[in-house]
Amino acid sequence: MTNTCLTFRDLTLGYGSHPAIHHLDGTIRKGSLTAVVGANGSGKSTLMKGIVGVLKPMAGEVIRAPGVRAAYLPQQSELDRSFPARVVDLVSLGLWPRRGLLGRYTKEDRDDVSKALMAVGLGGFEKRPIDTLSGGQLQRTLFARVLLQDADLILLDEPFNAVDAKTVGDLIALIKRWHGEERTIMVVVHDLDLVRQNFPETLLLARQPIAWGETRETLKPENLLRARRFHEAWEENAPWCEPDEHAHGHDHDHHGHDHHHGVGPRAA
Amino acid sequence: MDTLYGLFIAPFADFGFMQRALIGSLMLSLGACPIGVFLMLRRMSLSGDAMAHAILPGAAAGFLFYGLEILPMTIGGLIAGVIVALGAGAVSRFTIQREDASMAAFYLISLAIGVLMVSIRGSSVDLMHVLFGTVLALNDEALTLIGGIVTVTLVSLAIFWRALVAECLDPLFLRSVSRLGSPVHFIFLGLVVLNLVGGFQALGTLLSVGLMMLPAAAARFWTVRVEPMCVLAVLIGFASCVAGLLLSYHASLPSGPAIILSAGVVYFASILFGTRGILRARIIHHRHRTA
Repeated sequence: MTNTCLTFRDLTLGYGSHPAIHHLDGTIRKGSLTAVVGANGSGKSTLMKGIVGVLKPMAGEVIRAPGVRAAYLPQQSELDRSFPARVVDLVSLGLWPRRGLLGRYTKEDRDDVSKALMAVGLGGFEKRPIDTLSGGQLQRTLFARVLLQDADLILLDEPFNAVDAKTVGDLIALIKRWHGEERTIMVVVHDLDLVRQNFPETLLLARQPIAWGETRETLKPENLLRARRFHEAWEENAPWCEPDEHAHGHDHDHHGHDHHHGVGPRAA
Repeated sequence: MDTLYGLFIAPFADFGFMQRALIGSLMLSLGACPIGVFLMLRRMSLSGDAMAHAILPGAAAGFLFYGLEILPMTIGGLIAGVIVALGAGAVSRFTIQREDASMAAFYLISLAIGVLMVSIRGSSVDLMHVLFGTVLALNDEALTLIGGIVTVTLVSLAIFWRALVAECLDPLFLRSVSRLGSPVHFIFLGLVVLNLVGGFQALGTLLSVGLMMLPAAAARFWTVRVEPMCVLAVLIGFASCVAGLLLSYHASLPSGPAIILSAGVVYFASILFGTRGILRARIIHHRHRTA
């Protein structure tokens, strides 16, 4: 399985004792470009957090292929915009995987920062304080940081929020460039037309995967209807999930996943 | 010329205790002011104040067992401060409670214990010593201690600078690329305690936080980058120390409050005249460029 970038093994992620992602099995192929779609509260962001490791699984696991470095653009950034920093300071954080805590930034690094800013259409913005950026400009700045991280696995959580049409086009072009460079990309998107036009594969979530595979197939009306019927609210007195209760078949064959009931999943 | 010399140089040239006070307070500024800048940027300005109170029971314990001795009181303060910082930090990191609430809870408990302990043995005069410090009576021991604290502070800042900036600017990002987020937060809290403990010799527990926060708050009005802000805060701290000591010498005022009030003057001046201050924002910004 040298071709896999990520493997989900009976992955359950959530908050309190309530799962937001329930018993997810499957794999993400290296070099694939996957859109993650689903209603509010269907577990899209939670899955991203689980993959990057800021949220620990309640059960099961996410296995990253060895040596895969991830870059993550969160939906709700904890960025402090009042912090006295310039665009170049913010983007330079993306040099962390390369330089770490103590490594000096070289001339080459600084050139790369400028190039990354050029790539998102923010050439010449280096010296701007971050509290003077518009929402869309900030989003592009964060894209530039992802670019600089030079990661094999790129996770973007609703990157097109508050971004104008032209910029969406630019960012899509950037994502396609990454795709061409054989990077693995997962993007949480709401705009289904955008998904149909630009993403070869789609994961349709409603706490559990409703469909997963080729985009046109996944986004069929009946799947979308099933996804819409998903019950968003938590039930305080929902029964505890026992291993046998989820002997369900996920209807996607593209990813050839197998169930691992032996792990003993339990929403604890 | 002679009057200038008499006003500004002679007090330091003629009196050993003034020299010590100057050296001690300048060293303190060097370490405490950059720490203050980060406290302010992390919106923990009042945590500094809380920490200063939290140190009290430790210092009081040292005082209870050894009298008005610097080393036991310092070590006691350090222990109490670290317990409160780690406790409050851990509660905020691992539960839903925010740092301001946990810090308030821990420091109030700590302060109550401190006051209780001082009242068991000492008179209120002694309490005043602990609270308001004795910058004019710094001995070699205290100066060495402060020197050590400053060295540790500056070295730690230099090593962890990038992580500390990342943790302030975008903590979630730092967590996604490195495991340093939590350690660097606790290291920072440790440095806060260390500098407050160093300061309480010179300025007392209540005022040491002033030398930490006021120059930082003033520097915020002048620059939009962290590095110059730290340098500027240190310079403001230096100026406040010199001005405060001279004021205290010539007007026979207590030195601690004099230093802090000098910093306060700089703070008010910065609010008014800083490049990001009130007057600039109100007057100059009526003109604007075309793009």
